[in-house]
Amino acid sequence: METFLSKYTKTAPAEVTTWFKAASVNDFPKDGGACVKYKDKQIAVFNFERLNQWFACQNLCPHKLEMVLSRGMIGDHQGIPKVACPLHKKTFSLESGENLNGDLPAIATYPVKIEAGFVYIGFSD
Amino acid sequence: MKNIIVIGNGMVGYKFCEKFVAAQTTGFTLTIFGEEPRPAYDRVHLSAYFEDENATKLEMAPASWYTENNINLITNNRIVDINKEAKTVTDQHNQQHTYDYLILATGSVPFVPPIKGVEKEGVFVYRTIEDLEGMIAYAKHINQIKPNGKAAILGGGLLGLEAGKAVMDMGLEPHVVEFAPKLMPRQLDARSSKVLQLKLESMGIHIHLSKATNQILGDEVITGMEFGEDDILETDMLIISAGIRPRDELGKSCGLKMGIRGGIEVNNRMQTSDPYIYAIGEVALYNQMIYGLVAPGYDMAHVAVQQILGHTDITMASDIDMSTKLKLIGVDVASFGTPFMPADKGLSIIFENKTQFLYKRINVSLDGKKLLGGIMVGDAADYSMLHQIYLNGMAIPEDPAQLILPASEGGGLLGDIMDLPDEAQVCSCESVSKGQICNTIETGAATDLAGVVSCTKAGTGCGGCKPMVKDLTEATLKSLGIEVKDHICEHFDFNRQELYSLIQVKGYETFNEVLDNHGNGGHGCEICKPVIASLMATIHADTANKEYAIQDSNDRFLANIQRNGTYSVVPRVPGGEITPDKLIALGEIAKKYDLYTKITGGVRIDLFGATLNQLPLIWKELISHGFESGHAYGKSLRTVKTCVGSTWCRYGMDESVSFGIELENRYRGIRAPHKIKGGVSGCIRECAEARGKDFGLIAVEGGWNLYVGGNGGANPRHAELLAEQIDNQTVIKYLDRYLMFYMRTAKPLQRTAAWQERLDGGMAYLKEVIIEDKLGIAADLEAEMQTLVNKFECEWTQAVNNPEMMKRFNHFVNSKEEDDNLVFVPMREQKMPQQWQ
Ligand code: SRM
Ligand SMILES: Cc1cc2nc3c(=O)[nH]c(=O)nc-3n(C[C@H](O)[C@H](O)[C@H](O)COP(=O)(O)OP(=O)(O)OC[C@H]3O[C@@H](n4cnc5c(N)ncnc54)[C@H](O)[C@@H]3O)c2cc1C
Ligand code: SF4
Ligand code: FES
Repeated sequence: METFLSKYTKTAPAEVTTWFKAASVNDFPKDGGACVKYKDKQIAVFNFERLNQWFACQNLCPHKLEMVLSRGMIGDHQGIPKVACPLHKKTFSLESGENLNGDLPAIATYPVKIEAGFVYIGFSD
Repeated sequence: MKNIIVIGNGMVGYKFCEKFVAAQTTGFTLTIFGEEPRPAYDRVHLSAYFEDENATKLEMAPASWYTENNINLITNNRIVDINKEAKTVTDQHNQQHTYDYLILATGSVPFVPPIKGVEKEGVFVYRTIEDLEGMIAYAKHINQIKPNGKAAILGGGLLGLEAGKAVMDMGLEPHVVEFAPKLMPRQLDARSSKVLQLKLESMGIHIHLSKATNQILGDEVITGMEFGEDDILETDMLIISAGIRPRDELGKSCGLKMGIRGGIEVNNRMQTSDPYIYAIGEVALYNQMIYGLVAPGYDMAHVAVQQILGHTDITMASDIDMSTKLKLIGVDVASFGTPFMPADKGLSIIFENKTQFLYKRINVSLDGKKLLGGIMVGDAADYSMLHQIYLNGMAIPEDPAQLILPASEGGGLLGDIMDLPDEAQVCSCESVSKGQICNTIETGAATDLAGVVSCTKAGTGCGGCKPMVKDLTEATLKSLGIEVKDHICEHFDFNRQELYSLIQVKGYETFNEVLDNHGNGGHGCEICKPVIASLMATIHADTANKEYAIQDSNDRFLANIQRNGTYSVVPRVPGGEITPDKLIALGEIAKKYDLYTKITGGVRIDLFGATLNQLPLIWKELISHGFESGHAYGKSLRTVKTCVGSTWCRYGMDESVSFGIELENRYRGIRAPHKIKGGVSGCIRECAEARGKDFGLIAVEGGWNLYVGGNGGANPRHAELLAEQIDNQTVIKYLDRYLMFYMRTAKPLQRTAAWQERLDGGMAYLKEVIIEDKLGIAADLEAEMQTLVNKFECEWTQAVNNPEMMKRFNHFVNSKEEDDNLVFVPMREQKMPQQWQ
């Protein structure tokens, strides 16, 4: 169970060694999320069209360890972009990964860049 | 400069510092010694540490707080000696420190009975963060070496039960061992204790009463407990929670006056036998008692501070309130005042319902005028109010039973919270009175609950008073004519009904239009998005496919998400009528996709365990057999349950199945503030349970009786009669109006029952609107409903026929693979998701 969670570690833009080309921008819902497979990882990617910003995080919800976060609703809490898990509506900051409405451990977040209509996610492995 | 030294940086020692800082005095230096490695933390909520192992979150204040307030905090250092004459203390490094005033706040330690073998590995006490760290590591170790580890708790008191829940959460089988013949012997009477026991057992906590432990079994590591010769409990771990003993060794060694059974004696100024030495908290023996609760400890801290500052008139009350409410354990337990009542002092009223694990007892004075105490198990919602009535000696109803009976039996007469006297102490941990709470709002210092809490600290201790603080805040705001805004979330200053009008009048089509024109500048959230999605659907007759990213997660994928992230599939079976061919089709599809199958509580068939990728494939097949979406995922019409009615039943007065199907097909797909269910029974025997539904029909001589606003769920409520002996057409007319009126005006996620209950004017008003058309809106309501009915489209049929929409049902955007995290286990010839860790 721990090993499962420990697959996902917060990656800062400066730490990126691989930019993984995930999919075309058009494959993602506007103001919503979808899931990307990278090696044995599941990464939730969110397109905040209103903000013209993209975010990525682990798809694994730390609450019950299910692969669901990409299917959650997104929005903001006092300006902090967040995702709400579809199972029990725990919310997480997509910037710091912090659990905004409880004390769950933070989720790992990853940098995203858009180039020539494609979405790239940054990893350090 | 005068030196104050506090020994013990626990909850009460810390509170002393806090009160001292608040008094804003000069001329003193304050030093506090703590033996533990970290600054004082919230021991009351210690069990929260099991959830996240986050010690910082429990801190009463960070180390920097002490520095900022010029307090010299010395942790990890024990005071080993006091010299009263020289007014010095010696720490464990043999350093001496002089004082003018000395405060002993050394607290207590768990009492470990002298049982043979208690020193064995695997035996723990429950008091400090280090104790918990040890327990967590040990439980992990047990979980690794064996599948069904057990943990015993010695002591069935307040703390022992909390420990029981904690070990259960750590994945061990909990066994509570109590010496007395009942649980919580100090707070509960025999009957309530029994009710609590039944409830805990139903939760999986094993209880062993009247057990005296002779020895702990095992070589070096505990393997069990022995009570009698053949009476043994096997266990892998033991937590001792058998009471506390004051840490009074310093008092003893320096010759302060001690209690016979320990504790340092203090007077009502918190002074020990040496006037320069004070004792507060769990080490202090006041009125020949040790009070194992924080609230009295905090009061003692307050008194000691005031005494040292020369306010000698501020002393400790002689009566200490020992009322308690148990927290965290998943069952309400509370006791207040005098829980046990000798017959010559008062009378008891007892309400018991073992089937619901409910017990309430109140004790009233012989003249029936005063509340003296009570016990509540299973439902302590009214604890705060009863506790206040008791504390303030407030008047009680002529028939005191009304204080504890359920509202349906003439109870619920607790009185108005604003009737409490101003000095009523609402938060006993922080000593906050009703007057102080109301005052922060009246003076404008706070404008909402969060403000009240941060101004007064009410509710920040044990948290038991939180509901009351909230009620007082709202009642005060209301009394000032300040509208308690029921806006839907932080992104809109409007309630649902206001947004309804805005969208209808302005004709908005998308979430962003509403947000840009009427939002607060944010970007929406999981609360406002589904509300607006639902309003759009009601106003424009859209399906959930229209703007799928703002739908609640279930609506987005047109299916109910299950425990492991797979989905369930519920096709509509109108009225519960289904042909054998369709049944076979359901069976075959379920078999093909290996779906767990069951009949739902709404009498249709649910197929569980479909992956996101499988959903459209399954629906394609269902649709080809004539099925359509059952909207089990939406806040929309679920089922219209029917009985077989006059088509077959020898008592049937009308064709309930035919009418049920007609109604289900009429209202299918419409989106509402919450789900809607209907029922149609063919006669008053009521086999369809129609009065338990949002709308229900019962066939009678001369037509249908129409009932509205019924509910199952946590608060069952029978639907009320709206109209009698009406024909099919009139039923539809009234129902169109009723449902539409509800959809226009209810709050988000408010079922018809809750909406109707709070409707100003009640049933009489509802009849005026629906039947007499008092508001002149009946024709509009009917027309709006007719539009929805005409525009109905099955959203699954829409989705499977549209390649763009189908893209939504892939687990990955960049792969056709399915979620590789899913693990199913077999169960009764079918399957289920693996248990959560
Ligand atoms: C599947 C089913 C249980 C079953 O296996 O039998 C069920 C399952 C759920 N019910 Fe239910 N309820 C089911 C019949 C009922 C019934 C019985 C009935 O309909 O006659 C009731 C009591 C009647 C009533 O609603 O008044 C019922 C009262 C609730 C409530 C309480 C509602 C209330 O107003 O208090 C909730 C909670 C809520 O909606 O907020 C709830 C919530 C749920 C949720 C949505 C819980 C959740 O958030 O996941 C479950 C969805 C599971 C799913 O994927 O379908 N379910 N639920 C039943 C589906 C019926 C159907 O064919 O659609
Ligand atoms: C799990 C748990 C749940 C509880 N739940 C509740 C509840 O729901 N409601 C309630 O009212 N109460 C509850 N309590 C009781 C409450 O925590 C205590 O009443 C409160 O902590 C007493 O505060 P204190 O400062 O007197 O003692 P403590 O908090 O024990 O602090 C004493 C401190 O002094 C230190 N110390 C002792 N001797 C020395 C020395 N010679 N030199 C230096 N330092 C020394 C100790 O290490 C300790 O840190 C609970 C207790 C526990 C353990
Ligand atoms: S009663 Fe509770 S557990 Fe059972 S289906 Fe309904 S919500 Fe789920
Ligand atoms: S699994 Fe994500 S909130 Fe429960």
